Amino acid sequence: MAVLNEEQTMLRDMARDWARKESPVKAYRKVRDAAEAIGFDPQAFAKMAEMGWTGVIIPEVHGGSDFGYLSLGLVLEECARTLTASPLNASSLAATSALLLGGSDDQKAAWLPGMASGETIAALAVDEGPRHAPDQIKARAEQAGDGWILSGEKCFVAEGDAANLLIVAAQYEGGVGLFLVPADASGVTVSTRKLIDFRSHAAITLDQVALPANARLESGDEALLDAVLDRARAGVAAEMLGLAVQSFEDTLDYLKTRSQFGEILSRFQALQHRMANLFTEIELMRSVVEGAMEAIDAGRDDVPTRVSLAKATACQTLNLVSRELIQLHGGIGMTDEHSSGFYLKRARILEAQYGNGAFHRERFARLNDY
Amino acid sequence: MATTEITAPETGTEDFRAEAAAWLAENFAPSLVGKENLLAVIEGDSDPDPEVAAWKKAMGEKGWGTPTWPKAYGGGGLDSKQARILQDEMAKINAWNPIGGLGVMMLGPTLLEFASEEQKQRYVPPICRGEIRWCQGYSEPGAGSDLASLQTKCEDRGDHWLINGQKTWTSGGQWADWCFALVRTDTTKKHEGISFILLDMKSPGVEVKPIQMISGASPFCETFFTDVKVPKDQIVGEIGHGWTIGKRLLQHERTNLSGGGRMGRGGGPSLADIAKNYVGVDDQGRLADSDLRSRIIKHDMEARAFQATARRVTAEAKSGEVSLASSILKNVGARITQERAELTLEIMGMQGLGWEGDGFHPLELGSTRGWLWGKAVSIYGGTTEIQNNVIAKRILGMLDHQ
Repeated sequence: MAVLNEEQTMLRDMARDWARKESPVKAYRKVRDAAEAIGFDPQAFAKMAEMGWTGVIIPEVHGGSDFGYLSLGLVLEECARTLTASPLNASSLAATSALLLGGSDDQKAAWLPGMASGETIAALAVDEGPRHAPDQIKARAEQAGDGWILSGEKCFVAEGDAANLLIVAAQYEGGVGLFLVPADASGVTVSTRKLIDFRSHAAITLDQVALPANARLESGDEALLDAVLDRARAGVAAEMLGLAVQSFEDTLDYLKTRSQFGEILSRFQALQHRMANLFTEIELMRSVVEGAMEAIDAGRDDVPTRVSLAKATACQTLNLVSRELIQLHGGIGMTDEHSSGFYLKRARILEAQYGNGAFHRERFARLNDY
Repeated sequence: MATTEITAPETGTEDFRAEAAAWLAENFAPSLVGKENLLAVIEGDSDPDPEVAAWKKAMGEKGWGTPTWPKAYGGGGLDSKQARILQDEMAKINAWNPIGGLGVMMLGPTLLEFASEEQKQRYVPPICRGEIRWCQGYSEPGAGSDLASLQTKCEDRGDHWLINGQKTWTSGGQWADWCFALVRTDTTKKHEGISFILLDMKSPGVEVKPIQMISGASPFCETFFTDVKVPKDQIVGEIGHGWTIGKRLLQHERTNLSGGGRMGRGGGPSLADIAKNYVGVDDQGRLADSDLRSRIIKHDMEARAFQATARRVTAEAKSGEVSLASSILKNVGARITQERAELTLEIMGMQGLGWEGDGFHPLELGSTRGWLWGKAVSIYGGTTEIQNNVIAKRILGMLDHQ
């Protein structure tokens, strides 16, 4: 665990306490069974906003607490441990980062207070295919009079079903820009897609959407999209850390209670070594995930490398942990009544989101010139 | 399939080939191609296509659904060479076997080996005709890998047995007509206290509750026995010998599960072709994702090694040798099946993570459900850990740390 300051420790403890008491796995099961398009409980999210979690990376002047990314990562990790479904990652981290990095003073003043209070839910719409490919954006924004006309197809937009603001990556004469598109703008169609985690991953069609001149995030340069994505990736990695930690703890608890051949399973050396191995991998994962968050907070110039290291490691470790979660629980973990399947399913979604392990290993190599 | 070998009347193989081809031509209409419903043998088919029903009846009466089983009990009475010829001829016209299920895969061979003459006459012919669906009552909530710790009680009440207890992972329990189960007839001994019993699922006191799996399917049940009366003549083999019989049956299960190589081969397009479609290729035809490519290569090679091992085991078995390599088939088969499913998911990206509804091709949804279901392959029929114990202890002679 990174060395936390007093505020961070308090925040983490509060998140852990709340998630366990107010948002246990059975709350997620309720969301799953309800099978609503938005894929989360608005009341739970309102509670999270009330506790200030939606404003953790937002400056105080815009209604946030400016505690930074490591702090928000701690909250995301704790919420992930109980599978808490909410737009905290997609909106309060990813989309918020787009405004923080690319927004002009006016744009920030216009949108950030709503994001901080949780009233505005924003979603980042980048990918146009099933595999993360930010260099293959075809959506296009043309200048028309003193505004823009934006057209394109986006898919698997996290929290797209609940979002009232879309932040859309599109080509324009200056390269790839990020455009603020109200979800209720004429020409925007949001279609629900049902994935294995029952969360929102919407398909969005933008057909000749007319936008005002100030729709493009203005202060971003060429690297804006990548910088925003790196923050989104780090957020996903933090959530993955929570899944891994809880999967590990559930498995350990099970091995300590289940008995076969007249012996508690945790006494079998073959299983002890499997668990020791998982523990080792998760410790490595924690170091690189927290390292990415700290690099972002410190404004270091090696954020891309650290983020790819974190996401690639998270993908590899969570994949392993989720396989072992099922295997070591045996038959009971294969049933829908048990929670293991929920962790396995969410794990694969997050592995694929914003670049899988292969994507980030390749990117890591390129960033390091080999 | 390992079954009792019997001697068939000596005929020239070419004569038999002609006979089989003629009979198939007469009974398997070309319109039946592709009408196979793999689930019908387990779930039943309340409203079968009349053509399908006629085909099943013909195969059942001929005994060719269980080609190597003795004619005396409804089987085809073929030797293994003839059975292979029959298989060839069926493959030529895409004919499929309408007779199957746990009765064929597991119970039948076990009955032929251990049951009394009366039991064979009574229970085997309906299996050959595909009339009775059987389910397996082995595991219990507290007896999974340690199956011999099972507690379902079977008491001698003079003119009948009385069964009380709970089974789980009863495959096809909600559709089955009959159940073969391991029950405890003696509570003072562990392995020697177990007997192998056959019981009618319609008996009063039998209750089934389907278990929903992470894949959404419910192919198994919890089965509850409350004061279930079973006639005295329904225990197979001697009382207290159920463990031996039950284990023998599991060997049939494992042979079928590892598919003698079928499992690792997988059906459908190669991973590389799926990947080309989703990931694309570079200007030299290599998969655009080099990291994924190297893992597909590794997987393909492992699958080839697995198939080579399965062929070697089969060849060695034919020459009368029991191959030590047979002990690795289930674990390697499971690993390859699961790795293929994981790689398919990765290749398809988010498109491979759909649950249902718009936006996903049926093949994508099928592969996702298959991936989830496939997680069971390393758990059922003896977990990977139990198989490794068998290898370490029985084959390698590595004893427990004392």
